[in-house]
Amino acid sequence: MWSYFLRRVAIGIPTLWVIITVCFFLMRLTPGGPFDFDAPVPAEILANLRAQYHLDDPLWRQYLDYLWNLLRGDFGPSFKYRDFTVTTLIAQGFPVSLQNGLSALVLAIVVGVPLGIVAALAQNTRRDYIVSAAAMTGIVIPNFIMGHMLILIFGVWAKDSIFHLPAGGWENGALTHRILPVLCLALPYIAYLVRITRGSMIEAMRANYVRTARAKGLPFRLVVLRHALKSALMPVVTFLGPATAFLLTGSMVVETIFQIPGIGRYFVQGALNRDYTLVMGVTIISAALVIAMNLVVDMLYGLLDPKVRYDGR
Amino acid sequence: MAAMGLLAPNGRATGEVRFAGANLLTARESELNAIRGNTLAMVFQDPMTSLTPHMKVGRQLTEVLQRHRGLGKAAARDQAIAMLRRVQIPEPERRFVMYPHELSGGLRQRVMIAMALLCGPRLIIADEPTTALDVTVQAQILDLIRLARDETGTSIILITHDLGVVAGLADRVAVMYAGRIVETGEVRRIFKTPQHPYTQGLLACTPRLDDAATAALRTIPGQPPNLQRLPPGCAYHPRCPYVMDRCRTNRPALLPAAVGGMKACFLDDLHLKAAS
Repeated sequence: MWSYFLRRVAIGIPTLWVIITVCFFLMRLTPGGPFDFDAPVPAEILANLRAQYHLDDPLWRQYLDYLWNLLRGDFGPSFKYRDFTVTTLIAQGFPVSLQNGLSALVLAIVVGVPLGIVAALAQNTRRDYIVSAAAMTGIVIPNFIMGHMLILIFGVWAKDSIFHLPAGGWENGALTHRILPVLCLALPYIAYLVRITRGSMIEAMRANYVRTARAKGLPFRLVVLRHALKSALMPVVTFLGPATAFLLTGSMVVETIFQIPGIGRYFVQGALNRDYTLVMGVTIISAALVIAMNLVVDMLYGLLDPKVRYDGR
Repeated sequence: MAAMGLLAPNGRATGEVRFAGANLLTARESELNAIRGNTLAMVFQDPMTSLTPHMKVGRQLTEVLQRHRGLGKAAARDQAIAMLRRVQIPEPERRFVMYPHELSGGLRQRVMIAMALLCGPRLIIADEPTTALDVTVQAQILDLIRLARDETGTSIILITHDLGVVAGLADRVAVMYAGRIVETGEVRRIFKTPQHPYTQGLLACTPRLDDAATAALRTIPGQPPNLQRLPPGCAYHPRCPYVMDRCRTNRPALLPAAVGGMKACFLDDLHLKAAS
């Protein structure tokens, strides 16, 4: 198992390198550059700026320099946030996105999976229809609408009640400021988890071995928890891998709506500003997370299914 | 399935299943759970999928004992291993900690039988227990079922479409067509003088060792009926060579037959007619 783990980590490095390379050249191919100002700027200032950021070096040189700096853990200076390095920006923003993402992830699992099980066990009854319909609603409402709805409900309508919550801002992570963004992040994932869990649980409950478990005279609760649940969790884990990576790297939409200083908003701002190094930085972080989470998922399969082996036998 | 309370949610059963003084069709889930796996056990058709894949087989056995006998872990383990040994599983201690996918089909069916026998049931329902197995393994499993019956005195309801299995194992036979019993009787009588045209048809389909190698296999003409839209009258009448007018409108009741046993057919001396 450990050799499998190390092998996968080793494969992850060239994968990351390919992503870095593609992303690097794609950014440079995009029309425009970081110093396209609205007002005309004297040519010598532009030349100075380009020299300062080594943009006048040949492209292959810039690429090799970037890789070399990366190896030393240096993401380079931001082109737009003067006096900030990308490393600093990420170090400030990532913990915020990480905390929100983790809270949303936990919330989604704690609410979504049990609700999915309840719906599955009550299949085609009113309880099932209510849960499934709510989940469908959660999936079809895009989060930029969901966010504003939450603000409207809890920030405006509930203004004078105990349910009133701040409509935005971060305030160094005060609890009340976290609730709405975390809820907004978690809702679509709750909805997806309900649907996935419900589907796989219904399938598991039809399995022959669940029939065997019932024929043994085990109480229904044990039949579900001991015999059906574990195989029903496989698709849930599969979904949760990449979902975790996306949640932890922050959501551009949610962080913008609630004015949260995470790294999600850097994705878009960086791309629009042609802030080459910033885009590279957040891309590398999220790519690394996706690779890592896929590995975690594959390791979890081994816990859920004894047929999974890692030693290639 | 109905007797065990294992029908699909959209399944319906009518009538009555009496077992040890209780009607299983109307019993509550908790009453059923006290009986299932305890005095009434079941062996299923497909051993490849009937064991929980993510649990070691030992645990799947001991949970029955813990549930119905209230045994502790160690005692349950000892009894389960002893039972694995009794169903002739070699190296039971080693198999005890294996997962189902590490066992062959025959071994898995032995585990299923061990599971059924654990609490010393009064009745075992075996639903085509050998259909999914190789012929040689089939014979071993049948030997094992016979042995279990003789050793423990448990009754067995064996559901099968294999007449050879019936001849080898059964005492009393009930022949079913389209969900209803069409003939019952002592096993020798059924094979010697079948009273229902369907039983006759079934027996006639059995290939014989003295058939010419090139002879076509015999079949019952026609097709099994759609169970959701059974033909009126006797369900077998569209395929029956002796069909009469009233067979098409009235369903014959299951009544005692002249040669012993029961049959559901309007014909009187069927075996004579068949012989002529």
